[in-house]
Amino acid sequence: MTEARKKRITHGLIAVWSGALIVFLYLPILCVALASFSKQRYFRFPVPAFDSKWYEKAFTSLTVRDLVSTSLTIALLVALISVVLAFFGALAFARFQWRGRRLYQRLVLLPIFFPQAVLGLALLIWFSSVGIIPDWRTAVIAHLVWIVPIVTLVISIQAYSFDPALEEAAFDLGATRWQTLKEVTLPVLWPGVVSGGLFAFLLSWGNFPLSLFTTGADQTVPEWLYAKMVSGYTPLVPTLGALTTTGAALILILGYGTWIVMRRRQER
Amino acid sequence: MATISQSLSKADAQTARGRLRLSPGLLTALPVLIFLALAFAAPLLAVLGYSFMPEGTFDFTFPPTLENYFAIFSGSYYISFAKSLGLALATVALLMLICWPIAYGMAKLFGRWANLMTLAVVIPLFVSENIRLFGWVLFLIKGGVFLGGLKAWLGIDAESMLYDVPAIILGLVYVYLPFTLFPMVLGISMVSREVTEAAFDMGASRWQVFREIELPLAMPGILIGGLLTFILSLGSLAESKILGGQAVIMIADEIETAFTFGQNWPLGSALSVILILFSGTLVLTLLNWVDLDRILGRGGND
Repeated sequence: MTEARKKRITHGLIAVWSGALIVFLYLPILCVALASFSKQRYFRFPVPAFDSKWYEKAFTSLTVRDLVSTSLTIALLVALISVVLAFFGALAFARFQWRGRRLYQRLVLLPIFFPQAVLGLALLIWFSSVGIIPDWRTAVIAHLVWIVPIVTLVISIQAYSFDPALEEAAFDLGATRWQTLKEVTLPVLWPGVVSGGLFAFLLSWGNFPLSLFTTGADQTVPEWLYAKMVSGYTPLVPTLGALTTTGAALILILGYGTWIVMRRRQER
Repeated sequence: MATISQSLSKADAQTARGRLRLSPGLLTALPVLIFLALAFAAPLLAVLGYSFMPEGTFDFTFPPTLENYFAIFSGSYYISFAKSLGLALATVALLMLICWPIAYGMAKLFGRWANLMTLAVVIPLFVSENIRLFGWVLFLIKGGVFLGGLKAWLGIDAESMLYDVPAIILGLVYVYLPFTLFPMVLGISMVSREVTEAAFDMGASRWQVFREIELPLAMPGILIGGLLTFILSLGSLAESKILGGQAVIMIADEIETAFTFGQNWPLGSALSVILILFSGTLVLTLLNWVDLDRILGRGGND
């Protein structure tokens, strides 16, 4: 067998393996979608009869409305706050050379390399030690501990390719520090900021282990789904699961589209 | 004396102020640092504090004691610890084998398709872990997609693999795959084509190039991904609960039980401290060794 042929076969195998991975990744999500259209109260395969009544129920249910609004509020706040913190955090991470930078980089990464359930519990006893009663607002803080470092990394990757000469030029032309930040640094890092915000929103929207211990009496969608999976199953579980998945995918595709458009505009 | 120390502290304050003004790095790091001090370091200190309180107490007013740690080391918690460790190691090993060809393809072969592949792997990450694991339940359960399909179309009646160790490992592999894959892709893209081609030209075999060039050069990315997967699997909760039934009690399960049903915060805290110390040591050792600027900036800047 010739070298070229061997290579072609290897490359073919790698492509097939990658295709198999995609099937593996989407298989359970497809199962959820299938179950959400099943007429029966308990899922069976092959599905005897299809129906969309659970979707009607989901759209009219007050519980669902409450859950979605709690999850949305948390995710929006998390996205907003994390982007602001991480924008500056990323400048310190990747843009500036300063004495404590190496240490800072490692400190920022620690919460990512941390078991989330343990983090949630630690925050729970911390809140109770300082006399804060947990509700959705404490969940925002819990999500931020994990998400701010991730967004910092995302924006940092953008900031690494940042040319400091741009800022210096602005200074030389007499711009103040604030003007430089607003007119030079922010526009250059903007793609990172947008994708960071998107990441923050979606990660918060789907998070379960941090919410579990920090929402108090409030409940997010993933928490409710878990509670119903463990006891008191209703077909609203796959329905709501499928709906939140579709929502997340739409937001991601929209965000990706905006990002591509912005990139084109930047290149021009 | 007073004047000297006064002028000294004044000078200190001045240099400190001067350094603040001089160091935009520290200035921009401050918001994140303050936030993490309040919402990450402080809770961990609270956990540490509670771990020295007597059993079943809910504040810090008691004299410190080591009884929780004694209880842990004389009890049967080491079983959960060992099982969690075993599951986490198995997950990492499997993911390394599964991800290498794909990461290699994404870094070196797919070209434009690599972006699409990235998107395809990222999207499920934003679907709540619960929902995806629940999808596996629907697939694997008796009468579910797999077994129901087998029975209806091929007439085969088989037992479900759900609620046992393989199902938990499947869940862990499934959930943490992106955490192994993406750092590995970053690692492999640090191996430049010229180097591998030079090795081939000098007569190295495919296996030699893999072992002596690609693997060592991609090692930082592989290690970061492996470590991330290891730590997250070690502290995982949902996989063993949703897919594993009660077949395996993970260490995070024990911690949760101590905090909730057990109403024993000090015991839960002591267990957390052990887990945190173990994983924290690993993380810090590795991060200290890896050059973050090179991986994230892909060596383009410094």
